[in-house]
Amino acid sequence: MTVGDLWVLAPYVIVTAGKLVHLLAVSFWRTPGVSLWTAVAVLVAGVVGLAVEAPEPSEILTGFMVVDGLTTFFNGLALVAALATAVFARTYLAGRSGEAEEFYILLVVATLGAMTMGAANHFAALLLGLEILSVSLYVLIGYPEEGHPPLEAALKYLVLSGVASTTMLFGIALVYMELGTLRFDAIGDPAGWSAITVLGHAMMIAGIAFKLSLAPFHMWTPDVYQGAPAPVTGYLATVSKGAMVIVITRYAVSTDLFSSDSAFNILLVLAVLSMIGGNVLALLQTNIKRLLAYSSIAHVGYLMIALAALARIASPDVAVETVLMYLAAYFAMSLAAFGAVSILSSSEASRDADHIDDLEGLFWRQPLASVVLTVSMLALAGIPLTMGFMAKFYVITTGVEGALWLLVWSLVIGSAIAIYYYLRVVIVMTRPAKEMVYPQNDAASLELTALTALGVTIMVFGIYPTPLITLVRTLLGLA
Amino acid sequence: MNGWDLILVLLAAGGVAWLAERFNVNAPRWISLVVLIVATFLVAGMWLGGADASGLYDQVEMAWIPRFGISVLLYMDGLSLMLVGLTVLLGVVAVVASWSEIKERHGFFQANLLWTLAGVVGVFTAMDLFLFFVFWEVMLVPMYFLIAIWGHENRGYAAMKFFLFTQVSGLLLLLAILTLVYVHYMGSGVITFSYRDLLGTQMDGTLAFYLMLGFFVAFVVKLPGVPLHTWLPDAHTQAPTAGSVILAGILLKTGAYGLIRFVVPLFPEAALEFRWPAMLLGAISVVYGGYMAYSQSDFKRLVAYSSISHMGFVLLGVFAWNMLALQGAVVQMIAHGFSSAALFMLAGALQQRLHTREMGEMGGLWQRAPRMGVVALFFVVASLGMPGLGTFVGEFLVLLGAFQVDIVLTAVAAIGIIVAAVYSLSLMQRSFQGGVSPNTEGISDFGARELSVMVLMALALVALGVYPAPVLELSEPVVTGLGVNP
Repeated sequence: MTVGDLWVLAPYVIVTAGKLVHLLAVSFWRTPGVSLWTAVAVLVAGVVGLAVEAPEPSEILTGFMVVDGLTTFFNGLALVAALATAVFARTYLAGRSGEAEEFYILLVVATLGAMTMGAANHFAALLLGLEILSVSLYVLIGYPEEGHPPLEAALKYLVLSGVASTTMLFGIALVYMELGTLRFDAIGDPAGWSAITVLGHAMMIAGIAFKLSLAPFHMWTPDVYQGAPAPVTGYLATVSKGAMVIVITRYAVSTDLFSSDSAFNILLVLAVLSMIGGNVLALLQTNIKRLLAYSSIAHVGYLMIALAALARIASPDVAVETVLMYLAAYFAMSLAAFGAVSILSSSEASRDADHIDDLEGLFWRQPLASVVLTVSMLALAGIPLTMGFMAKFYVITTGVEGALWLLVWSLVIGSAIAIYYYLRVVIVMTRPAKEMVYPQNDAASLELTALTALGVTIMVFGIYPTPLITLVRTLLGLA
Repeated sequence: MNGWDLILVLLAAGGVAWLAERFNVNAPRWISLVVLIVATFLVAGMWLGGADASGLYDQVEMAWIPRFGISVLLYMDGLSLMLVGLTVLLGVVAVVASWSEIKERHGFFQANLLWTLAGVVGVFTAMDLFLFFVFWEVMLVPMYFLIAIWGHENRGYAAMKFFLFTQVSGLLLLLAILTLVYVHYMGSGVITFSYRDLLGTQMDGTLAFYLMLGFFVAFVVKLPGVPLHTWLPDAHTQAPTAGSVILAGILLKTGAYGLIRFVVPLFPEAALEFRWPAMLLGAISVVYGGYMAYSQSDFKRLVAYSSISHMGFVLLGVFAWNMLALQGAVVQMIAHGFSSAALFMLAGALQQRLHTREMGEMGGLWQRAPRMGVVALFFVVASLGMPGLGTFVGEFLVLLGAFQVDIVLTAVAAIGIIVAAVYSLSLMQRSFQGGVSPNTEGISDFGARELSVMVLMALALVALGVYPAPVLELSEPVVTGLGVNP
């Protein structure tokens, strides 16, 4: 480790230092505004930090963290997602009693945790990042003072997430016992693994599947998504899941994990169950947050196709490229969807405007928000000219190349089912507005600007994805 | 002005029309009308300008997503030109048909109308499979809004069903396209979505059969062929008049176009192997569509089922795959475009005036609205295949060509012409003749606006029936180029 290495860690240094400034600032000026804008400044500085020192691929720092293209791309996504969350939380929290200052501090801390996971090359780094992220999330989920659902959601997440972390930790311990190393790149490929090592990996995958809410480890997802405040749900769906996707991707690439038949079969079952189960259960929902929860289960299921392809296609880099393209699309679509729900819920109402009937006539009441929500629904459904289609295109291409027919067919069937429930949301918005279902609000222009930017991103990179593809391929050293 | 500009102009005009509503509530429909009339003239100009040496009236090539060998390739050959012409012309009809029907949100309505047309123009000209797929899917979204927002009493259900059927079959198409591209990549080492490069891809017979089936299902859903037709009666019946006109007149043609352009040329052996089942489906569609049409009491639903019957001839003709049958299929596409558009417009006009589509509540309309009666009679007769009108030429050529391939199926399909006479005349009888229904009191007859487009479409059908040579000449080189059997 040299001073030069610190440059590689620039985003981490910036966010950590910024967070300290943030804490001090909030202690002196206790107003939500100061806290929000300091958080925004720290996050923007972090994004700038990514650009300042674009790292060489695979800089390994003492074996603990790796800052490569994968890390950098994810850090960018996580920082932008945190920014969007901060903006959406502004009026959401302003309309509710309680103090909002700590919210933004926790948000920045959680993002730091996710970024640490994004760079983890060592189980200790993984756990460190995971716990920073999770502990912050417990509080963020239960943040609103009044109301039962956030508390219930927070408690559920606390207990179940704790169980999952413990399971994973046990698995790690077993692997360490057998192989004597905690470094991802020293684990070696699965050819020579003992039964205990395999068992350890199974336990690890179970823990990871919980965090990714892959079926059948998804039970917590709908309840927590529904109970958590809408901006936090968006954060939970994107950053928290995305970090774990990066971890499993890096681990699978380093160890060639899925060349082991047992690991591959576990992944296969998880993916198929998630794609089919997530979509079928989403059909039954009348609450948008629950609907999006099941939809996110299905989407992570689609993403698993890229991981399964890692061991089955000629160049694994293409699978990693698919993962990143999918994550980018998934981040934009989910943030737009939850952002729209946050904006609609940013009223004095004690509950979120998350029942499907709350959307009635939205097209004519709040055209901008409803257009973006429509765009995100169409993108999630995978309609062309949106990022969602490019993501699906990538996944199917990779799946076809790896001859993963079972998975590809599950994706096709899952997406077919999905069209129904995504469109239902759109249909409800086009209905004539009845009585005011919840208080009308004038969403502040900042939130609407952020929401519009997300919608435009979904469309622009859907219509002309070449710049995004070039960025991803450059970061991965493919172009 | 070329195909790409046309698409961009339609897209932009849609946006402008949407915004223009703020300034003047009448502006959106005038914008659409003017843009579409100008577009019609431009397409006509392109036709008169003649084709270049390779038979193209226009071509556009631009890089798009080089990572996957995807480019913007738009070629306008005779077949494409003809269908694009039909598209913009029926666009004008649709705008006129909905002139006074739409009472709210004019801007968004016209925007969706123009965007659908832009998507259809793209479908008819795209020569890159990725681009084709994008247009194929994207044209459905504004169409979905047309049905879901301005449709009739059961619009939500109909719009959802329409979208589900076409999207799900679209997924199969996507999977088939990607597999085809991958197989081509494995063989040649070049990753490309260009139609011309993918022609003649060597592959295993079984795989080719499944891929062909993927394309086939996607296009037959849109055509629609029995048993994948069930979305159509609902969508057509519930859509606003302009939506029905576009659906029946143009969108169904995209399915037929796909069969001609992609299914058989890309997978000739597999298509040959599948010839009999496909022709059987065509013959069944002809008879079943006619039979169902006769059993309807709803004016619009009857016309919707008659579309299934007419498009069955196209399926029959395409899979007979000889010059006569294919030329017949092309003429049938154009003729059906006009006759069904006119009948749907008539149905819309009646619904707007009587607030019902039930033929039981009509009757004796001829006495109250003679101009409507004459128009109805003309298009009913056109629909039943009266010699001298376009439909006759189309169906006759298809039967002639199909006869050389399979006598039994041709005979079955020929029964469809008799069934067509039965349901068409029964439509006329139930709504326009018989005792005068009290509901029709004070009905206003067609005005100049409606009459002018009706006359336009009638003239087109007569021209097609008496002198189909221009259409045949336009499609002949294309059809020959696709490798049709003599």
